[in-house]
Amino acid sequence: MFNYYLELALRSFRRNRVLTALMVLAIALGIGASMTTLTVFYVLSGDPIPHKSRQLFNVQLDPRPLAGFQPGAEPSDQLTRFDAETLLREAKAPRQAMMTGGSGAIQPNTTTLRPFIAQFRYTTADFFSMFDAPFGFGQGWSADDDGARARVAVISKSLNDRLFAGANSVGETLRIDGNALRVVGVLEDWTISPRFYDLSTSRYGNREEVFIPFATAIDLKLSHQGSVSCHGREVANDTTALNAPCTWIQYWVELPAAAQVADYRSYLDNYSSQQRAAGRYERPPNTRLRDVMSWLDHKNIVPGDVRLQLWLAFGFLVVCLVNTVGLLLAKFLRRSGEIGVRRALGASRRAIFTQYLVEAGAIGLAGGLLGLGVSYVGLWMVRQQPVGYAGLAYLNLEMLLLTFVLAVLASVLAGLLPAWRASRVAPAIQLKSQ
Amino acid sequence: MNIRPMISALRRHKTASLLIVLEIALSCAIICNALFMVVERLDRLNQPGGVAQDQLLQIQLAGTGDQDNAAAMTREDLATLRAISGVEGATLTNQVPFSGSAWDTSLALSPDQEHHTLMAAMYLGSEGFLDVMGLNLIAGRDFAADEYQDFAAVMSATDTSKLHSPILISREAADRLFPDGTALGKTVYTANIPLTIVGIIDVLARPYQSEGNWSYSIVLPLRTTYAEGSYALRVADPGRRNDILAAATSALERIDPNRIVLNQRTYEDIRTEHFSSDRAMVWLLVVVCAALLVVTALGVVGLASFWVTQRTRQIGVRRALGATRGQILRYFQAENFLLTSAGIALGMLLAYALNQVLMTRYELPRLPLAYLPAGAVVLWLLGQAAVLWPARRAASVPPAIATRGA
Repeated sequence: MFNYYLELALRSFRRNRVLTALMVLAIALGIGASMTTLTVFYVLSGDPIPHKSRQLFNVQLDPRPLAGFQPGAEPSDQLTRFDAETLLREAKAPRQAMMTGGSGAIQPNTTTLRPFIAQFRYTTADFFSMFDAPFGFGQGWSADDDGARARVAVISKSLNDRLFAGANSVGETLRIDGNALRVVGVLEDWTISPRFYDLSTSRYGNREEVFIPFATAIDLKLSHQGSVSCHGREVANDTTALNAPCTWIQYWVELPAAAQVADYRSYLDNYSSQQRAAGRYERPPNTRLRDVMSWLDHKNIVPGDVRLQLWLAFGFLVVCLVNTVGLLLAKFLRRSGEIGVRRALGASRRAIFTQYLVEAGAIGLAGGLLGLGVSYVGLWMVRQQPVGYAGLAYLNLEMLLLTFVLAVLASVLAGLLPAWRASRVAPAIQLKSQ
Repeated sequence: MNIRPMISALRRHKTASLLIVLEIALSCAIICNALFMVVERLDRLNQPGGVAQDQLLQIQLAGTGDQDNAAAMTREDLATLRAISGVEGATLTNQVPFSGSAWDTSLALSPDQEHHTLMAAMYLGSEGFLDVMGLNLIAGRDFAADEYQDFAAVMSATDTSKLHSPILISREAADRLFPDGTALGKTVYTANIPLTIVGIIDVLARPYQSEGNWSYSIVLPLRTTYAEGSYALRVADPGRRNDILAAATSALERIDPNRIVLNQRTYEDIRTEHFSSDRAMVWLLVVVCAALLVVTALGVVGLASFWVTQRTRQIGVRRALGATRGQILRYFQAENFLLTSAGIALGMLLAYALNQVLMTRYELPRLPLAYLPAGAVVLWLLGQAAVLWPARRAASVPPAIATRGA
């Protein structure tokens, strides 16, 4: 029966080529626009570290002065160096790392390459195991290296390719801003997007090429890059000093069990109380411990423009669907005579309804196919945009399937009313008027 | 023309009429809001920077290794840059308007104020800053030669309580700090450091919009080196600025080939890049509006031609009874006008509701009422244009069709 209906639908398409084409085009445009924006939204709101995002937590404390304090207000996004170093020393979580961004000049050992600027990350030993950074050669440094301010570094695959032609460079010397560091590890390709552990600089596309122990970076006075927010009553002329009243460090902990999370929360509150008692803090304990996804949500990881585009596209799809409902209605009712004959010959209302729904579904499928093309063009256009996430905007299998489901569902939904109206056509009147 | 037969005809096609009204209403709501957003974005694109728009260049360098002689090399750089033909002036600045990330500082009216009055972008300018940037001083004076201090010396000061400086301030920041217009000569504080306002600049935009503000900024007479700041150049002839940029960059590279050029760009490039996402959004909104109009027009054409087909005999009868072609044409045009008007009325309510949602969720301002009639006119014109073809087909129905057995 279904095949017969499909054949009838095809015959009907051939009779009304222009109208059919218009409907397919409208659905294709609506679906294409929706899928383009939905894919961008999906890519941007994705989980950067799916297997661990519930175990990794960002730590926030509130070391600011009492002035301007409102109960329940958000604490600082980052920590002061003093707090970060204290939490790290007390090591109450199974794994923890403090970190911040930096940049500097890399001076290749060969004369053929000119010095160039690269992005750095200054962090501590647990960073690599916490974030599952994959090593191609060697490994990360140890907590002892942190303590000894060891002149060591882990480099990215791309930097290793550039400086050492992709060979195992463990033990080689890396010259940064006039300082010599020993390479202890080389990462595999490692993309974390968004780069959740530090959202204060570029959020997408991980371009950090060198990882250096935090204490070493401080010792060598390597330059810091990222947001710094100072809250003292006096101007701090060295914002990176241990006691500077400035927040500029991200702090992450790994807490595999729920009980550990609760413990860590109360530890942070206790720590804040102690600091207040000691006169370092003025505010009552105001701490946050957010896992990866809540942290991303808190930082509004999906840009407002992208959300707006999503709504715009769905608004457009709704208009396209209303349009399709109207056109289908016109198309179906124009065939009232034919429906009358079929009804008179014994077709049930149900059969008529199904027939027209199949026709609507076929239009949806065609619209979905064309819409897929529209999404490819749309995403290509997104990728041409000068935004950080541009390179990520690709259609994946899930989105591909969703396109068809959405298209067929939308057009069947649009076909419901016209098909129902068609099935209500009274046979007698139609036959009489002919 | 009598409107009652028209309404009773539409009543017989309730569903189709309602659909077309709904489609027009949705389009109207989206288009009104989208046009409003386009205008908002265009406003952003035209945000004044206050500097010499087409004459300004920026070159930013980074040293490798020790930078002990940065101050001496900076003096050499400046002399070289000023000697390049076509360069009107060269200076150092830590940032330029619309360049992205900013050095900000808080400003308060007293050192012990509980919460600062505003956050301002902090420009560190060397000698010639005002002229090279092309800023318009509307009150007070430029810095005197003996007021400039070395940034490095200030940063290494052990006793910050002895620091003080004159500043230039943007008009909007001055008005915010001293609403009665008496900013000149007053002292403001960044933490515990007193800053005396010696001049007011008409406009000096921030490197990026912060807390909805573009134009709170101050200039401090602090000399940076190439390692801390960047070179700003003003060229005489905008047409030659790209050549001069290349010449200046290679001249700097010749002075010390071990320095890395981080940025070499014109101010216009900086602006273009800063607003690129706004420009993309404008295009997107325009394209969506156009697509909406096309789809809506197609809907009108589709339904109107369906009605014309359905009413062929009826039209024939009217023509046989003496109705002119013009009357038939006008009947369909009036019918469309009626439907479009209903759609627009509903659409305006929807537009307003949509704006309310956008206001709360995306901090968009209130939709000015002027956009509603603008959207209405667009849709009326669209409706009339779309119905023209089916209506003319209706008008061409011969009267004889009434006598045929159809």
